[in-house]
Amino acid sequence: MLTTLILVPLVGALVIAALPAVNARVIALGVTAVTLGLGIAVAVMYDVDGGMQMTEQVSWIEAFGVHYALGVDGLGLLLVLLTVVLVPIVLVADWNAGDENPKAFYGWVLALEALSLAVFLATDVFLFYVVFEATLIPAYFLVGGFGKAGRSAAAQKFLMFQLAGGLVLLASVIGLYVVSSQQGAPSYLLSDLMALDIGTEAGRWLFLGFFIAFAIKAPLFPVHTWLADTTEKATPGTSVLLVCVLDKIGTFGMLRFCLGIFPEASQWATPVVVTIAVISIIYGALVAIGQDDVLRLIGLTSLSHFGFITLGIFVFSSQGGSGAILYMVNHGLGTAALFLVAGYLIKRRGTTLISEMGGIEKVTPVLAGLLLVAGLATLGLPGLSPFVSEFLVLLAAFDYGWWVGALAVTGIVLAAIYVLWMYQRIMTGPTPPEVEATPDGTLREIAAVAPLMVALVFFGFFPKPLLETSNPYVADLMIHVGVTDDEPTVALAEEAGR
Amino acid sequence: MDYVKPTIEYAELSPLLIVLAVACLGVIVEAFLPRERRHVVQSTLAGVGVLAALGATIAVGLNLDPAGADGAGQGLVGAEGSIVVDGPTIYLWGLVLVFALGGVALFAERKLEAGVSAFAGQAAALPGTDAEREASTKGLAHTEVYPLVMFAVAGMLLFPASGDLLTMFVALEVLSLPLYLLCGLARRRRLLSQEAAMKYFLLGAFSSGFFLYGLALVYGYAGSMDLAAINEAVVNGADNEILLILGIALLSVGLLFKVGAVPFQAWTPDVYQGAPTAVTAFMSAGTKVAAFGAMLRLFYVGFGADRWDWQPMLWVVAILTMLVGAVVAIAQTDVKRMLAYSAIAHTGFLITGVLGLQSAGELADGQITSLQAVLFYLTSYGVASLGAFALVTVVRDANGESSSFARWTGLGKRSPLVAGLFAFFLLSMAGIPLTAGFVGKWAVFTVAMSAGAWPVVLVAIASSIIAVYFYVRFIRLMYFTDPEPGVEVAEVTTASPLTGLTIAVCAAATLFLGVVPGPVLDLAVHAGDFIR
Repeated sequence: MLTTLILVPLVGALVIAALPAVNARVIALGVTAVTLGLGIAVAVMYDVDGGMQMTEQVSWIEAFGVHYALGVDGLGLLLVLLTVVLVPIVLVADWNAGDENPKAFYGWVLALEALSLAVFLATDVFLFYVVFEATLIPAYFLVGGFGKAGRSAAAQKFLMFQLAGGLVLLASVIGLYVVSSQQGAPSYLLSDLMALDIGTEAGRWLFLGFFIAFAIKAPLFPVHTWLADTTEKATPGTSVLLVCVLDKIGTFGMLRFCLGIFPEASQWATPVVVTIAVISIIYGALVAIGQDDVLRLIGLTSLSHFGFITLGIFVFSSQGGSGAILYMVNHGLGTAALFLVAGYLIKRRGTTLISEMGGIEKVTPVLAGLLLVAGLATLGLPGLSPFVSEFLVLLAAFDYGWWVGALAVTGIVLAAIYVLWMYQRIMTGPTPPEVEATPDGTLREIAAVAPLMVALVFFGFFPKPLLETSNPYVADLMIHVGVTDDEPTVALAEEAGR
Repeated sequence: MDYVKPTIEYAELSPLLIVLAVACLGVIVEAFLPRERRHVVQSTLAGVGVLAALGATIAVGLNLDPAGADGAGQGLVGAEGSIVVDGPTIYLWGLVLVFALGGVALFAERKLEAGVSAFAGQAAALPGTDAEREASTKGLAHTEVYPLVMFAVAGMLLFPASGDLLTMFVALEVLSLPLYLLCGLARRRRLLSQEAAMKYFLLGAFSSGFFLYGLALVYGYAGSMDLAAINEAVVNGADNEILLILGIALLSVGLLFKVGAVPFQAWTPDVYQGAPTAVTAFMSAGTKVAAFGAMLRLFYVGFGADRWDWQPMLWVVAILTMLVGAVVAIAQTDVKRMLAYSAIAHTGFLITGVLGLQSAGELADGQITSLQAVLFYLTSYGVASLGAFALVTVVRDANGESSSFARWTGLGKRSPLVAGLFAFFLLSMAGIPLTAGFVGKWAVFTVAMSAGAWPVVLVAIASSIIAVYFYVRFIRLMYFTDPEPGVEVAEVTTASPLTGLTIAVCAAATLFLGVVPGPVLDLAVHAGDFIR
């Protein structure tokens, strides 16, 4: 089942690449629709209390103790669903992104989807590493091939940062092999590694490699500089795939591998990580305020959001963990909506600069409404789903230390500034004569982001499905790292929702 | 004095003998066949010869007897102790012969130069003279390249199989001399080619001298040329250890020169650039296999007990080689030179693998050994390098092959297939997962890490990051950069199936070894240990 889920988009990509003269867009839409269907089927078959399930395991490289092993748990399921939902939305919303070279665009998008799904499903560290690195190639070609001038430099910067992180991770992955073969036959299976007795010192060194790679991926301060350049130059659709799907691998990896394999080292590193996270929250929001390029601005807001997610993960509580997982999903929905609506506006105004957009609220009321909802979601307005996760993370942060919570809260205030000021500068003000005839959102454009808007509102009032999926996973993880507390109840979150 | 007839294991040595016989036959063909028929006959002869040798290698490999003290190896010590046919030998033979097959196919390519080969019409005609023009208008082409390459292949087969130092030296010369000559035979840019040959020859001759000197010193220490006897002497701790250490150092100079390790790397870029690209392709893959095979045998079999004396030296060499190769590659503006510096960096990665643990006693069950890692890395790097250089031969402008960066700009738009394959080989060299290069890199880093050489591994990681920069920059140049207006750009010329097939096989192998490395790794595992 899970293999099929990965294979469908992969085969789609190969078909697009191999067959000449096919309508790549039609194939891509069809394939992503099928993948979405399969993803939903996995969700339906998923048993929330079943732990790791639908597992598949085949020996892959015997000499290295490597398996092709897949499985899905609460964390994986939510991210898989996020991926299969976002990809078709991006294709519909960013309809003309691939016109220059449709074969390349749609081929790489499908390859990226397949590899991202594999990342979230892999239960073998070596397999995870392989697909983790492999996702960079489609991403590189998407950034470098489509977008505005200067994109090739941005693509190079993106790839250099990511591969540097990947190679640091490689050192740790190799270290794991050495440790695991000292204690019997070498194995890369996550379940074997979680049971491994890694010495304190070795564990901390290896943890460091994993954390650095994931911090670059997520990204966190101070290794975030690729993020702004990449989102600025790439198309909005590519940015959604990068920021909302690929970057989740960073925080996903922190939960699954940092906490999973190195519980001791993770707790040892907590003070530093929390500091980095808080800096990311505040710094990301501050720099976002000062941006004039709307895509760059949205990219930098994500730095702030990833700070929140990391904070939630590393305060070591059930509330924080569940909050972080919910945050990953909600950030994916909210930021995707923001990117895509901004993309609609950029297409109409022919510029990405906020200062040159000004005053089209009256001619495009629908787009203005969409931007407002997406923006309010991003700043964490109660009633929209990101608020729930932000609330949980902040509660956990206050439990960890009141000053951490206090500092993190400033992120929300700053978010209000960057979102509302952006909205004000783009939408309000006198309507210049040359934009009088700007068309409002088309049916296709509205339909593309409608599911995101619905989800933002729905999970804002009714986060139960998300929490019920993530809670068992977080509970297991907390037992594994040796923390005992109460899991966040649906009631609490719903209360937050009201 | 009694003369005892030496016993020669003809069956086991058949691959080597076939290649030598074909080489000699080639010389005879050259002397007796009319010029117009030589090309076809020579290339067929060489191709069939390599295939026959490959078949013989497989046959020998399937019938090796268990050998060695603990049964960890298999094979036999033949030709009165001078040639060792064991598992690693067979693996290396197979590898050299596969690369030789690719090399011969590239040598035989005549479509790219519109009916003539890539080799000089008449090497004796000075560049720029009437004699040269006459030779090219007549459409002459040297066909001696086939016997020459077969001799080089024979040397490459013998080098890693040598059971004593003298045989090793002879093999070194047999493999080197034809290569010096081949480097100088380019049809285009002949001065550059001849300069390359000259540099290669002079430096190579020096390094051979060092090797010979080291050989003499080790003989002085151990009283024998035989690797097994040397090992014996090292284990028992003979007197005059200074002779041993100096000997190891000087022998290393010879070997490190051949593999192109710092500080003996200076020839690599000039020779790779100047030599006809088909020769570069074959040489970059084949020489590395042969020389690393010999290095492994020398260090593990001959000086294995003296690990603590040579290991620190190799640490330093590995670190320097990786860093110099990766850093200097950034400054290159010529594809062949860039690949040459990348080859230097890869030499460093291979030496990192040599530093790993070897003896089974130090390893856990199922853990990969140093020998296996290096063998796999040689395979993965060899196919990528052969394929990449083969691709260089088809990217041309009015003056023949065109390897400057400016000419390759925007190639991805003009020829997506060629640019895509080249990018794929570069990604393999950069060690991106799902390519052979990644598995190779993983293997050598792992064995070095297991041996506690983590500083070397960290440097290797750092150099990988640097190397990624110039590989990716080149991919960006091909795909995302538009050529400067007014600058002539290179186009892809359709090659004959010979080149096409070589490239296709290399690309398929790179993908296959990256996705399912199991079978080839198993081969390397089954090769077992060296025997003495």
